[in-house]
Amino acid sequence: MIETHNNQRKHIVLLISLAVGMFGFAYALVPLYQVFCEVTGLNGKTSGRARDLSTIYQNQVIASDREVTIQFLANVNNGMPWEFRPATHQLRVRLGELNTTDFYARNRAAQAVTGQAVPSVSPGFAAEYLHKVECFCFSQQQLEAGEDRHMPLRFYIGDDLPEEIHTLTLSYTLFKVPTVRASTLVSNRS
Amino acid sequence: MVAQAEDVIPQRSPLMAFMARWLLTTNHKEIGTLYLWLSFTLFFIAGAMAMVIRLELFQPGIQFAEPLFYNQMVTMHGLLMVFGVVMPGFVGLANWQIPLMIGAPDMALPRLNNFSFWILPFAFTLLLSSLFMDGGAPNFGWTFYAPLSTTYGPPSTDYFILGVHMMGISSVLGAINVIVTIFNLRTPGMTLMKMPLFVWTWLITAFLLIMVMPVLAGVVTMMLTDRHFDTSFFSAAGGGDPLMFQHVFWFFGHPEVYILILPGFGIASQIIPTFARKRLFGYHSMVFATAAIAILSFIVWGHHMFAVGMPVWVELSFMYATMLIAVPTGVKVFNWVATMWRGSMTFETPMLFALGFVILFTIGGFSGLMLALVPADFQYHDTFFVVAHFHYVLYPGAIFGTMAAVYYWIPKWTGNMYDERLGKIHFWTAVIAVNLTFFPMHFTGLAGMPRRIVDYSLQFADFNMVSSVGAALLGMTQVLFLYIVIKTIRGGEKASTRVWEGADGLEWTVPSPAPHHTFETPPAFPPIMDENESTSLNE
Repeated sequence: MIETHNNQRKHIVLLISLAVGMFGFAYALVPLYQVFCEVTGLNGKTSGRARDLSTIYQNQVIASDREVTIQFLANVNNGMPWEFRPATHQLRVRLGELNTTDFYARNRAAQAVTGQAVPSVSPGFAAEYLHKVECFCFSQQQLEAGEDRHMPLRFYIGDDLPEEIHTLTLSYTLFKVPTVRASTLVSNRS
Repeated sequence: MVAQAEDVIPQRSPLMAFMARWLLTTNHKEIGTLYLWLSFTLFFIAGAMAMVIRLELFQPGIQFAEPLFYNQMVTMHGLLMVFGVVMPGFVGLANWQIPLMIGAPDMALPRLNNFSFWILPFAFTLLLSSLFMDGGAPNFGWTFYAPLSTTYGPPSTDYFILGVHMMGISSVLGAINVIVTIFNLRTPGMTLMKMPLFVWTWLITAFLLIMVMPVLAGVVTMMLTDRHFDTSFFSAAGGGDPLMFQHVFWFFGHPEVYILILPGFGIASQIIPTFARKRLFGYHSMVFATAAIAILSFIVWGHHMFAVGMPVWVELSFMYATMLIAVPTGVKVFNWVATMWRGSMTFETPMLFALGFVILFTIGGFSGLMLALVPADFQYHDTFFVVAHFHYVLYPGAIFGTMAAVYYWIPKWTGNMYDERLGKIHFWTAVIAVNLTFFPMHFTGLAGMPRRIVDYSLQFADFNMVSSVGAALLGMTQVLFLYIVIKTIRGGEKASTRVWEGADGLEWTVPSPAPHHTFETPPAFPPIMDENESTSLNE
């Protein structure tokens, strides 16, 4: 009888830890999901800032002859009072070559607004070949009332881009960062 | 000693005594009864919501329900049916039957059992109270996708979150209780591979519950912090991802749908051998098939979201894993058919419901296979075809399974036989009404009618009218079921100990009605069944 009771207690403890562990697992899914998407390029997530350019230029052929088209899209999320558009909608670029373009943003609101651009690449598996050296999406942007800005984007496309890809689309959605959060947010993003 | 103890108990008014009995009970039979009545009550409430939905869809245009109210009805109908009807119904059956079937005196943790039950009425009161609040009840569908439920959810969403938390705690505690009972309180001689299949399927279901209900709790907690504490799990503005909500939700959601059906498999596996008067064909393969379905359920969640834009190889992996589930499920269906093969079958009401379960669930399984195909799913996604599919697996699956179990075991619970004639009428009207209601949805869905929308184009009018007529009939048959249950409780032909001629198992060795306390000393196993003792109605 005592033996059964011990077993019972053991089972209860094990099962409760399993339940608590699964609650933790739900939270562990969040970073797992981010890592999985960045590694595989699922979801069109681009990885963070590309490596220092100088090392790249030393180690590889600067540009190949292959050219692809890259298209730029700019969207603003609900409640974001900015005008936001790319300077050029489409560029013809050589692989491995460093390109610069910019996006135009203007705050149409009567007070300062902070924005955060979130990138997405289509087709999703091309995301890992798009290397951004400098991007306004790496940090939050703040515009005073009525202020406008040309926000630079410097990038190159890896020369290992699969043969079948001829066109990439880089899309930015601009989100309004709530003022309460602006100061506390870590601005380390892709 | 006993006399003394009785002297000390103060006299209570009949109302207080009644309250104390049901509020404080730790008896597995009484708690089982409480669960079943809660499930039955919510079945009518959620069913009434389905009536509102079908009334609105009876004709194209907007007649009875504003779009916002329609969305609330769809949401609450789904939430209540899943969490309030099917799950508590199965837990009630587990409470009644598991101790009786394994020769245990009670559940292993009786006070926890009482607590698990009494959380639920409060959880559902919270959830239902949201219908009367400013801004209305949750209106984002039972899947509560972000950002519908985070950024755009009505204020009452917080009541929903708390309600889900409470239901989750109740289910996890109930599941722990089931597992501990099964592992520790089996009568000597009953090894795991000699347990009745209902017990086996519940053991596996309980493990699924413990593994996924906490994930659901995690999701709603993230929602809560996103809504009020400035986190951004599901908000792209803060670096989160609304799509991640769907992944985490369906990681819970797909095992959840097997939680809703596995005990039904167990019930069919008890009833079919009884009325075919043969042993269950392929007992071992049944156990392994159930376990295989449970394990596979963790790697197929993506098939709910084929249309969100996943790479082809991910979609293919989910598609193949999903189609793989058809194999163990097929094993089960073939085993049931083989059990009936050359059996001496009779068709009492429990058997009819079990057969309705096998046939109609299989139809739902086939439409599930169609939905598993990625290229086809792009057409079916978010249409009434999906509604037809999951109602075929849930209504004739989970609900018919529960009803079969009630007809099968109610003579043991009440000591009275139910009215066989009314039972048969109930079955035949229900089976006709189910098909009338849900079969046309296949056609409207294939033709492109989207789900969860208050209005529809004119070309779907005829099929929707048929569905609505079927739904009204289906609703009425359940009132008949309520009448049959009450009539059985109040009286009827006395049931014998064994009740059914072909019944086998420990629960059929205790008198009918089952006394308040059973198996205070572990019974002998395998039980000696009394050959002459049965009140089978076809004799």
